[in-house]
Amino acid sequence: MLFNLQILFDLAPITNVQLILDGIFIGAVISLSAYGLALVWGVMNVKNLAQGDFVILGGYMAFALFNAGVHPVLALPIVMVLMAMFGWMVYILIIRRVIQQDMFTSLLATFGLSLLLQQVLNLIFGPEVQTIDSKMPNYQLFDNAITLPMVKILSLVMVAVLAVAVVIFMKKSRMGQAIRATAQDERAARVLGINTDNVYAFTFSLNAAICGAAGVMVSIIWVLQPFYGITYSLRSFAIVTAAGLGNLPGVITTGFGLGLLEQYTGFVLGAEYQVASAVVMLLLVLIYRQIQLSRKRQVVQ
Amino acid sequence: MTGRSYLLYAVILVLGVFGPIMFPNYTQQMALLWVMVLMASTWDLLGGQMGYNSLGNITFFGCGMYISAVVQISMFYNVADYTSAFGAIKPEFTDEQYFTGLFLGILAAGIGSVFISYLFGLIVFGLRGPYFAIGTLGIAIAAGQLTGTIDYIGGGSGISMPFFPGDIEVRAGFFYLLCFILAALTHIVLRWIYSTQFGLAINAIRDDEDKAEAMGIPTLKYKQIGWAITAFFMGCIGAVFGNMVGFIEPVEVAFPVPTFGIFMVAMALLGGKGTLWGPVLGAVLFHIIKEATWTYLLGWQWVALGLILIINIVYFQEGIMGWLQRKYPEFFGITVDVSTREDGKEAKADG
Repeated sequence: MLFNLQILFDLAPITNVQLILDGIFIGAVISLSAYGLALVWGVMNVKNLAQGDFVILGGYMAFALFNAGVHPVLALPIVMVLMAMFGWMVYILIIRRVIQQDMFTSLLATFGLSLLLQQVLNLIFGPEVQTIDSKMPNYQLFDNAITLPMVKILSLVMVAVLAVAVVIFMKKSRMGQAIRATAQDERAARVLGINTDNVYAFTFSLNAAICGAAGVMVSIIWVLQPFYGITYSLRSFAIVTAAGLGNLPGVITTGFGLGLLEQYTGFVLGAEYQVASAVVMLLLVLIYRQIQLSRKRQVVQ
Repeated sequence: MTGRSYLLYAVILVLGVFGPIMFPNYTQQMALLWVMVLMASTWDLLGGQMGYNSLGNITFFGCGMYISAVVQISMFYNVADYTSAFGAIKPEFTDEQYFTGLFLGILAAGIGSVFISYLFGLIVFGLRGPYFAIGTLGIAIAAGQLTGTIDYIGGGSGISMPFFPGDIEVRAGFFYLLCFILAALTHIVLRWIYSTQFGLAINAIRDDEDKAEAMGIPTLKYKQIGWAITAFFMGCIGAVFGNMVGFIEPVEVAFPVPTFGIFMVAMALLGGKGTLWGPVLGAVLFHIIKEATWTYLLGWQWVALGLILIINIVYFQEGIMGWLQRKYPEFFGITVDVSTREDGKEAKADG
C-alpha cells in the first residue's frame, strides 16, 4: 500500500493522469445510471434495484449488435430504443402493480427482476467476461505512459450530448413538464388533466433508455459479465443517497467523485477494495446524516 | 396452546427426528430445509414483526461461519499457517478436540454475531423503510468483498474446515440433528418472544414507530435487541452450516447475498410475513419448489426462481398464512396461532 502511494507521488506521477481518466469514464457511466435512478425514485417513488442489470442488459444488446456487424457507436440509438421498449414492458408487467404499495415491495420486486435478468443473460451469453473490441485507434500520451483509446473519448462525448439532451427535454418539452409536475404532486397533476399512468410509463422507459446508453458505454470501455449488475445498482444508490433526489448537478458531481475514489482505492489498496469503496462511501454518508440528526434531536430536548 | 397445536408439534418432532432414518438419501436436503426454516423465521422477527425489512441478515451467517472456523482451528493450530498452506496441512483433531472446538465455535459464532449486530445497528437503525434495506444490503455485499481481502482467514480462496471424526453417514446425521435442534430452538424462542411484552413492543414499532417512541418504548434499544436475537441464531446456524459443507469461501458460501440472502425474504413473504408459522410453511414450500426446479428444469432453475419471486411479491403479497387468515379467520384462530393473533390485535389497539 505504501509502495503504491510512493508510485503515485514520487516514481510515476503520470500514473495519476491514467487514474483520473479512468475515473472520469467510470464516473460518466455511474452518473448516468444514478441519474436514471433519481428520476424514477423522485417521480414514481420506486426504488429500482434492477438498475445495474438494465445497464448490463444494454451492454449485452450492444455486444450482440456488434457481433452482428453494427459499430458500437451506431448501436447507441438502437440500444436506447430497444431498452425503452423493454422498460415499458417491465412497467406494465411489474412496476404498475407495485407503485401504490409500500416501498419495500418495489425494492423486492425489482430485486427479483434483477435475479431474472442476470440468469437470462447468463443462459444466453454465458458467464464469461465479454467486451467489444472496436478497432479504433489509440492515442499515446506522455511517451506512451498513458493509453487513451479514441473510442472512449467518443463515447464520453456521446454521453455528454445525451445528458444535455435529457436535461433540455425535462426543462422544455411538454412531457418533461408533465413529469416534473407529477413528481411534485401526483394528485394535483391528475386533476389538471395529466395522464399520470402514461407519465410513469414514460419515465420508467426513459430510465431504461438512459441505462441502456450507460450499458453501451460499459461494453465499449469496460467489461460485461451477467452478474456485475448489482455493483452498478449499489453505486447508483450510494450516489443518489449521498446527493439527494432531484439534485442533478449533485448526482453528476458525486458520480465523478465516486469514479475517482474507486480508481484510487483500487490502485492504492488493491482491486478487491474497489467495490467496497462505494459501500463505505454510502455508510459514511449515512453516519454523517445520523450525527446531524442527533444534533437536531438534542435541540428538541 | 391447544391440543391440536400439541399434535402439530408432535408430528414435526417425529418427522424431524426420524426423517433421516426413513429417507437416508435426503439427509443433507432436510438439513438444508431446517437451515432455511431458521433463516426465514429469524428474518420475520425484523421484517414481519418489527417492520424493518433487512436484506443483509446474511452478514451474520457469514460472520458466524468465519468466527467458528477461526475458533475451531486456533484452539490447536496457528490459523495463518493453516490457511496459507491451502489445505496442504491436514491437521489431525482428536474426537475430544473436534467436538469441544465445534461447540465452542458455535457459541462464539453466536456471541460474536451479536456483537457485530450491535455495531452495525448503531449505523443502520437510524434508517427507515427502503433506506434500511439498501443499507443492510450494502453491508452484506461489502462484508463478502472485505472478507476476501483478509489473508489471515484464507482470503478469497477460503478455509477448509476440520475433518469430522467418523463415517459419512454419522457425519450427515450429526449435522442434521444440529440444524434441527437449532431450528426448533429458534422457533421456541421466537414463539415465547412474540407472547411477551417485547413482542407487543416490536409490533408497535412496526405499526407506528413515532407513536411507539412517544408512548415511552425505547425503540432503538428494542430494535437492537431484536436484531441481536436474529444475529445470534444466524451466527450459530452459519457455524453449523460451515462445518456441514466442510469448506468455506467468502462470496459463494459465507455471504451468498443473491441466493440465501434473498431466499429468506422470499420464503417469509411466500408463507406470509408477520406470522409465526408463515415463514416455516414458506420455507418448506420454497425448498420443495427449489429442489423440483433443480431436478426438472436444469439450466432454467434460477430463471424459474426469479419468476416465482416476482409473481409472489407482485401478485400474492399477503402470503399463504395471510390469505388463510383472511379467508378462514375462525378456523385459523382456533387451530394454530391463537397467541400471535391476539398479540397482533392488542398491538393494534395499543397503537
